[in-house]
Amino acid sequence: MTIYLPIAELPIAIFTVFAMGLAVGFISGMFGVGGGFLMTPLLIFTGVPPAVAVASVSPYMAASSFSGALSYWRKGMMDLPLAGVLLTGGLAGTLAGVLLFLWLRMIGQVDLAIRISYTLLLGAIGSLMLVESLKAMVRMRQGLPPTVRRPGTRAWFMRLPLKMRFRRSRIYVSALPVIGIGFIIGLLGAVLGVGGGFILVPALIYLLRVPTQTSVGTSLVLTLVTMAAATVLHAEANGTVDAVLAFVLMVGGTMGAQFGARTGQTLKAEHLRFLLGILVLSVAVRVAVDLVSRPADTFAITQEAQP
Amino acid sequence: MKTWSGAALLVLLSAFAVMPARADRLVVSVSQPQVRITSSFTGAELVVFGVAEARNGDDGAIDVVVTVRGPGESFTTWRKSRVLGLWVNSDSRTFVEAPAFLAVLSSRPTTQIASPETLRVEQIGLNYNILVQRVGPDFADVVPSDPFRTAFLRIQTAQGVYREDPQGVAFLAPRVFRAEVGIPGTAPLGRYTVAVKVFQNGTVSATELSSFDVNKTGFEQKIAEFSQSDGWLYGLAVALGSLVVGFVGNLLFRRD
Repeated sequence: MTIYLPIAELPIAIFTVFAMGLAVGFISGMFGVGGGFLMTPLLIFTGVPPAVAVASVSPYMAASSFSGALSYWRKGMMDLPLAGVLLTGGLAGTLAGVLLFLWLRMIGQVDLAIRISYTLLLGAIGSLMLVESLKAMVRMRQGLPPTVRRPGTRAWFMRLPLKMRFRRSRIYVSALPVIGIGFIIGLLGAVLGVGGGFILVPALIYLLRVPTQTSVGTSLVLTLVTMAAATVLHAEANGTVDAVLAFVLMVGGTMGAQFGARTGQTLKAEHLRFLLGILVLSVAVRVAVDLVSRPADTFAITQEAQP
Repeated sequence: MKTWSGAALLVLLSAFAVMPARADRLVVSVSQPQVRITSSFTGAELVVFGVAEARNGDDGAIDVVVTVRGPGESFTTWRKSRVLGLWVNSDSRTFVEAPAFLAVLSSRPTTQIASPETLRVEQIGLNYNILVQRVGPDFADVVPSDPFRTAFLRIQTAQGVYREDPQGVAFLAPRVFRAEVGIPGTAPLGRYTVAVKVFQNGTVSATELSSFDVNKTGFEQKIAEFSQSDGWLYGLAVALGSLVVGFVGNLLFRRD
């Protein structure tokens, strides 16, 4: 059964899209990532034009992160003040990212820049998570406490001025690194078209030493706000938000996110990080393979944006 | 569809009967003046009917070529090459106002119908259809063997929007023909022109133009119009809708 997408202007198999929403929703609910770094390439692979795919994934991510966030909020695994401080940096980062994107488009290598940064970023984060979680699991086997000593609590960037206490996260840190992390997330989000959850969650865990579950809940709030804003901005600036596509993805996504969130809460934190590490690393490898292997057709057509 | 086509053919034949007697008569009719896109649209099949009379006194065999061109759009063809081990877009050509859909249907292979010079003049076949490239400050078509041009045709054909069918025109009677034009689900929207050319002894004896529109209708049209007329409101509506879906989803699956 197919359905015609009014903005993308093509018919698409409705159950395939629904299943994609379900699967990516499950992953995003489990790890607290928006799932954009998985969903956007999947949609493009299905034949949706990249501009429509990037824009229509935003409302999908807003829906699934809202659904997931409500679950974490009820369990008290969410730090709203921390999310607020992150957002101040995040909005500035988004603006900087949009400008950087414009500049990359001007020199005509935005595609290459995105692919290379994807590979490097996802590769680095994926490997770090994998190694760290493996170490934690080995410690578990040896009967030691799973969490390593927290040397980061006395790291230089946590002793900067403007100290704030975040009760839920049980941390007392300078607001400056928090704003800085938010800025980087916003920047990457605007340039790479991803929610940034897969960067934010590890950053909160490893840099700020926020408990894993609270990191996930807080990251969902950030994804929710930025993606709702991105939906409105994309709709106004580019007119590429496909409501029908977004709705089908959303229904699948919110269902998947619920099951994902439940599964995530039953898993051990280090197992969760191990799985996310594998996932992130495999996306990095996939992009890298595309970059270095000879394409099936050395020519490609892009349609110019309508004036 | 069948009855409609039949009725169209009848109308066509009666129109032909009352036509004043002159040389090179050609009447063409398209089965549908408008292709309406609804939520279940996966493509459409149109039929082009025509009746042609041979040149005065000469009632030898005729050849018919039907060329359907979709709305013009600009496309960029990129060539990838290897730089430092990575495959990157290295150079590009932009095709300006190239048809977003192009189907060339003929009664036999176009190369047998007329000489290359005639085919070029009449723009018959993918190879001879004018595709204007932007070359620096100039605009020009290039030789058919140009790698960017052949790559453009190859990719558009693979995506189902360009087509060449040497058996696409069938004769129902010696002077009555029909051609089926398949419009894919991914077809671009807008006005399609239908150019019918009748060949006799390697030269064009009659030409006729027609057209049809491919447009969204009903719900699809409303959504598209809303998103274009008021982007802010549309974006807000979609964002709010996503929150509602998220909230309902959470309530439905709530277990605690």
